[in-house]
Amino acid sequence: MDSPMEIMMILLVLSDFALLGLSRLRTCISIVSFQGMLLGLLALVSQWGSLTLRLVMIAAASFIIKGFVFPILLRRGIREAGTQQEMEPFVGYIMSIIAGLVMLGVSLWLGNKLPLFALGSGTYLIIPAALTTLFTGLFLIIARKNALNQCLGYIIMENGIYTFGIFSVVEIPLLVELGILLDVFVAVFVMGIAIYHINREFDHLDSDRLNVLKG
Amino acid sequence: MSLLIIALSIIIIGGLLALAVCKYSYLSTLLGVGSTVIGCIIGLIPVGQTIYYGDTTTFRLAWNIPYGSFFLKLDPLSAFFLLPILFLSGLAAIYGREYMIVYRHKKWLGLSWFFLNLLIVSMVFVCLANNTILFLASWEVMALSSFFLVAFEYEKEEVRKASWIYMVASYLGTACLLPMFLILGSSANILDFDLFNKSLSPLALNICFVLALIGFGTKAGIMPFHVWLPVAHPAAPSPVSAIMSGVMIKTGIYGLVRTLTFLGMPPLWWGYLLLAIGIVSGILGVLFALAQHDLKRLLAYHSVENIGIIMIGFGVGMIGWSSGMPVVAALGFAGGLLHVVNHALFKGLLFLGAGSVFHSTHNLEIDHLGGLIKKMPYTGMFFLIGAVAISGLPPLNGFISEFVIYLASFSGAMSMNSYSSLSLIGAIAGLALIGGLAVACFTKAFGVVFLGEPRSNDARNAHESSPRMTIPMMILALSCIVIGLLGAAIILFVSPVIGVVLGNPYTGEIRIASNYLLYVTAGSIVFIICLLTIAGLRWLLLSKRSVGQSVTWDCGYAAPTARMQYTASSFAQPITDLFEFFLRTKKNNTMPDSYFPAAAHFETHTADVSRESIYNPLFKTIDRFSQRMQVVQEGRIHIYVLYVVVTLLILLFWNMR
Amino acid sequence: MQISSFLNILLGLLFAPLFLGIINKTKASFAGRTGQPLLQSYYDIIKQLQKGAVYSKTTSWIFRAGPVVGLSAILVALVIVPLGGIAAPLAFSGDLLLLAYILGTMRFFTVIAALDTGSSFEGMGASREVLFSALAEPAFLIGLAAIARETGVLSLSQMLPAAHFFSPEVVLVVIALLVVFLCENARIPFDDPNTHLELTMIHEVMVLDHSGPDFALILYSSALKLWVLGLVIVGMVFPSSADYFWPVPVFMALCGLILLAVIVGVIESTMARLRLLRIPQLLVAAGSLSAFAFILVLR
Repeated sequence: MDSPMEIMMILLVLSDFALLGLSRLRTCISIVSFQGMLLGLLALVSQWGSLTLRLVMIAAASFIIKGFVFPILLRRGIREAGTQQEMEPFVGYIMSIIAGLVMLGVSLWLGNKLPLFALGSGTYLIIPAALTTLFTGLFLIIARKNALNQCLGYIIMENGIYTFGIFSVVEIPLLVELGILLDVFVAVFVMGIAIYHINREFDHLDSDRLNVLKG
Repeated sequence: MSLLIIALSIIIIGGLLALAVCKYSYLSTLLGVGSTVIGCIIGLIPVGQTIYYGDTTTFRLAWNIPYGSFFLKLDPLSAFFLLPILFLSGLAAIYGREYMIVYRHKKWLGLSWFFLNLLIVSMVFVCLANNTILFLASWEVMALSSFFLVAFEYEKEEVRKASWIYMVASYLGTACLLPMFLILGSSANILDFDLFNKSLSPLALNICFVLALIGFGTKAGIMPFHVWLPVAHPAAPSPVSAIMSGVMIKTGIYGLVRTLTFLGMPPLWWGYLLLAIGIVSGILGVLFALAQHDLKRLLAYHSVENIGIIMIGFGVGMIGWSSGMPVVAALGFAGGLLHVVNHALFKGLLFLGAGSVFHSTHNLEIDHLGGLIKKMPYTGMFFLIGAVAISGLPPLNGFISEFVIYLASFSGAMSMNSYSSLSLIGAIAGLALIGGLAVACFTKAFGVVFLGEPRSNDARNAHESSPRMTIPMMILALSCIVIGLLGAAIILFVSPVIGVVLGNPYTGEIRIASNYLLYVTAGSIVFIICLLTIAGLRWLLLSKRSVGQSVTWDCGYAAPTARMQYTASSFAQPITDLFEFFLRTKKNNTMPDSYFPAAAHFETHTADVSRESIYNPLFKTIDRFSQRMQVVQEGRIHIYVLYVVVTLLILLFWNMR
Repeated sequence: MQISSFLNILLGLLFAPLFLGIINKTKASFAGRTGQPLLQSYYDIIKQLQKGAVYSKTTSWIFRAGPVVGLSAILVALVIVPLGGIAAPLAFSGDLLLLAYILGTMRFFTVIAALDTGSSFEGMGASREVLFSALAEPAFLIGLAAIARETGVLSLSQMLPAAHFFSPEVVLVVIALLVVFLCENARIPFDDPNTHLELTMIHEVMVLDHSGPDFALILYSSALKLWVLGLVIVGMVFPSSADYFWPVPVFMALCGLILLAVIVGVIESTMARLRLLRIPQLLVAAGSLSAFAFILVLR
């Protein structure tokens, strides 16, 4: 039986593939909230031997914010805008999945190149999973037209950075960690408002068509 | 060896005699065919001996060309490639007698037979030559004679264009070969292959490899140098297409393998490069084949795909060779080499079948044919065997070579380090996808052309071809079946060839593969026994019951026509739409816009992507550049004399300083 | 080659149609119906065998040969796949390739028999069938390559019992192979085996014009295909070993097959058929699962 961390990393990568291949926005939001909850648990599991109140607070905060608050905000955004599906994306879904495989390969290669640190068994997959999540977030921002998808991409990027951060720095100052979380919270909040206004003004959420705004 | 020289002399003398009497069609045809068949049969004897005993024979004549010598060498590698050349050429000649004779009033057949015999002799010389000058001379003669054969129907403009494109591609390829041979032979007085420099710098080796890949690859038809193949092969008459697609492009593969023997142990990236080229050629080749609606163009693109499979085999073999894994190396090369022979057989068979279809219907547009199996039962059956073989399905020979390549890839993927095993997984995925798409393509080709109802008058008036055309096809089909069932024995004969290429025959590893192929044969025998038993049971059951005839269920349409059947484009549509990004099919259609049914028009055209996006822009840029350079060409003699004087003065001052 | 290998083949020949019945019973109980009897497939096959046949004037010998070749091909596959950890009679390194490609032969002849009728229905089903199976092949072979690397052998009879189900790679490969299983056997979400509308048919429509003993052969071959592909999955999941006395691993494998049939029935009852545009995406996703499993094995 492999270590639970390895299984969580595999689930993280699988959720990345699912995000690349699915087109229904509601399902994507559910998967992102699942990712958030998974990462909250990860913070706990990684330091199972030496739990501190601070760690539990951070884990609980990210669990609640990413697992519940963000999805509620985003689902409200969908309801206001009235869209359920992704429009024709720039990169088709099959190419997205193959791009995901390529990103996984690149992340594995990068993971080999970066100086490793050992944290027990099952840690070889952490850096590749974190980088894959980061690249997936970037890919979604670039390759999808719907503004909500870009918001999701931003959250996924943050998930990747968070995973990377849990293991690369032993001691994160509480302030920095909360600062990152606050940053993302505000960003999503602002994006939600912006999406509402974009939709009200232009009657669509296709960020590709927003280029009419240029002079 | 002397038997081979005699055979070659018979063929060339026959060709010259056919040329001499080219006014008399029947006589020149008889001379051409007779000499070819006799020559090929005699030539097969020493070839067979070399493969069986694994020895090497040489032949030298005095020749006063600088750097050149008339040095012929028949080693197992040459013999292995000579086998399909002689076999297929003989059969295509018999076929050609009947096929070409219908043109006897419009053309001088003696001319064609001369060039055909010249082509065969030059191909044999390419495989036998052991000296650069002799090799290049034979290579050129091969290109020229096939050019004249492709331009058989020169009165049609597209044939003229096709032969021109073929000529240009051929020369561009050959242009890469000359520098490579010069680098290899840089330390010898006579450019014999045996005297080549074995200790070149890694940079020189890399350059040689790339030049060989481009030069020989253009002849073989790898992507993106394949653009001449789908243009030239359909334009040529069918027996010539069969020879070109079956064996002439294999001389490119022969050249590449022979160059590998000069270059020694390859670095790892060569294997990766060959593997990548193989996967791309294979997948794109079969995709473009799926989008075609001309039968011979479809078959030409399939040649590109099978060359891709051969390159995958060689790529896997080279990865194994560089990494020191004997199983992967030996089996990869063995699979690729065996596929060379297999492809010659079934591609030749398919082109001869397509020729039969053209001979009787004068129409190669797939969507205008149909139901031919009832009018041409033998052609249909042999085409079916060719189609099953080319899709790599057991129990025929295509499966045997793909099985060996798969064995090499799986062994490597199981035990090599990460990057190599990932590339081998890419090979496995590529081969699987290619196999699946080949099944799609050939069910389309066979199904729409031979099955169903005839879609046009051309198809309705079809008739079976004469025995002179069906017997060569039967022989090829039988050889496909035989190699399929006896794969275990055939693979053992590849061992001496591996010895030439890799330096070590690896008989142990090949024997292991042969043992597994015995089980495949056992499976095929089980298949055939089940087939016969179940067919017998079915016949028994039905003989006691009523068997009726009716029409196909047509859902109650009031006036069904044959044009309502599924067409080839519709059959391929899910796949061509999925791969839209690569194919870029242009569709034009006019739909009826009233309430009642009216005439509509639908047409698709898939241009070759490499040609549109690489070669056309490239040639246009060169054209524009040349136009600007035209400034130099003033046209007045005074200026030209000025150029001469200025150059002389510059040289004078340069020397004096 | 032991007696038990041949007994396994006999089991396959006898019990394969039963599993179609189990799937149908599961679907019926989900829908609150009683459903067809468990042995309905047997009754169908026997009924068809006793009938005469009607052939279309458009067809040729290929139409009559299609079902025969199909059944022969699947019988060869039956001789390759192991049951319950006992080696198959024709086990050798690389037999998984013969399995994949002999199914290809079956598919080739089914498709050309369909095109032989000259009907648009069969043509439609055939064109979809060749695309989906072309995309399912890589997923199948890469998944088995991952298992091959993990266990170090290349023969199904040795690979399947040696795969430990509780490692993540094998779980991923089982999921990918389950998707391929559903695709090859024309189950939801790829095809609806119940309806006969041309919009949903892929396999059902290819055999529309076959009747009598031909149709019986087709029904029997599809049952055997279910059995063969199901054994590949069950062999990986259920612990089995030839060390035990023969009925024990066989019994476990049969339980595994029953469980697989129930799972297929559940999937069929809870999901709808996917849009045709989405099916290639699902197959490519299965392929990427297999590739991911291989990457995991590479450590």
